[in-house]
Amino acid sequence: MRLPSARGPLSSGVVQALSDPGGRDVAPLVQHVQELPAGTDLLADDDLHLALWMLYELHYGGFDGVDPDHEWDPDLLRLRAAMESVVEGELRARGEPHVRATVDAGGPLAERLFDLAARWEGPSVARYVHRDATRTQFAELLVHRSIYQLKESDPQSWVIPRITGKPKAALVELQYDEYGGGRPERLHATMFGDAMEGTGLDRSYGAYLDRVPGYTLANNNVMSLFGLHRRLRGASMGHLGAYEATSSIPCRKYAGGARRLGLPEQVAAYFDEHVEADAVHEQLAFRDICAGLVESGQAEEADVVLGAVACLLMDNVVGEPMLAAWEAGRSALYDAAAVAVGGAPVAPGAAPADRGAAAAAPSSIEKVAS
Amino acid sequence: MRLVSNVPEPVSLSDDQDIEVTPCPDGPLLVRGADAVRDEDGRLHPTTRPVVAVCTCDRSQRLPWCDGTHKVVRRR
Repeated sequence: MRLPSARGPLSSGVVQALSDPGGRDVAPLVQHVQELPAGTDLLADDDLHLALWMLYELHYGGFDGVDPDHEWDPDLLRLRAAMESVVEGELRARGEPHVRATVDAGGPLAERLFDLAARWEGPSVARYVHRDATRTQFAELLVHRSIYQLKESDPQSWVIPRITGKPKAALVELQYDEYGGGRPERLHATMFGDAMEGTGLDRSYGAYLDRVPGYTLANNNVMSLFGLHRRLRGASMGHLGAYEATSSIPCRKYAGGARRLGLPEQVAAYFDEHVEADAVHEQLAFRDICAGLVESGQAEEADVVLGAVACLLMDNVVGEPMLAAWEAGRSALYDAAAVAVGGAPVAPGAAPADRGAAAAAPSSIEKVAS
Repeated sequence: MRLVSNVPEPVSLSDDQDIEVTPCPDGPLLVRGADAVRDEDGRLHPTTRPVVAVCTCDRSQRLPWCDGTHKVVRRR
């Protein structure tokens, strides 16, 4: 993946630091993080979350031409820690009332977590996609999700060596399923790539990094934040559980939307797979992993609940502006013209009204489904 | 082995394979080690993942597998 275009002083500083083989003074950047102006949306800011996303990416696939040793550069880690501190602080502040209510409610933890997820109120992106989304909007949904889904489940794998016993066995059982059960073509990340291709999108990891708003990067950053800190292992697993517990029913709607739009079967297949898989995974995650970790003293209940709340909170942070944009007839991506490929011709005759925009769009990042 | 009426029965194709069934409160049965489940009409549905969730509320749209619908039914 190429380094993205900067969106402000922090991401610009990180791009320069990563491009520079020598050291770089990050003190001014750290100071910038500590003095972010009041009113900065710490769970959506473009500059903050692109900078943090790039530093996390060093632990995943890295960037073309960037020295892999930057992954453990103490100065960059210091900058990362400063950004993580403000993001974690914001999650804790916004999540606090929900965390407290869930911790204080009596009864088995797994039931409280299912209850939290079931009662959470947020915008229904899935309902919109099921009934109303155009092909372009469906493509935009996949572009947003590609930031995480093309490395689906990887942030949670960091937790495996940090836990033991029954929760570990359950996590590995869950991840084995996410990773295709030994069949590469069933890797969920690969199936997501197939769905992108079927929608006329470029499936290469990071292809749309410059197009996605900060809130989508933030959504992924929260998973990496929880996954990369052993201290936050409980939160990572709570997040996983809430993600799985809010997946089956929406995925059924996404699959329905894909079929309504006449997209190739591989698109709906990705979501169908998640209807069934996540109905299993939510049970494993909340019962065997989350409750198991707390019962065995491997995680604090409040941390697990914080992770679940953070997942649901970020669902709203992402869903609200996305849905508002679509309902107003706007794109939910930056430089929309360049990604208006939702109408890539896969089903002859199924030309939606917005195909004109797609046809007029620059073709540099289009990849027409074969 | 019949677990609950109407709930599909896990099937193993080898004699020495243990099937483990874990009921989830208000939810599906988690089944490990089965090669298939047999539904009411005697049809076999092969398992495609190491642990499967078998629907017990009969409202799933992907029977015999759980699709999470019980959560909507339970809470209305």
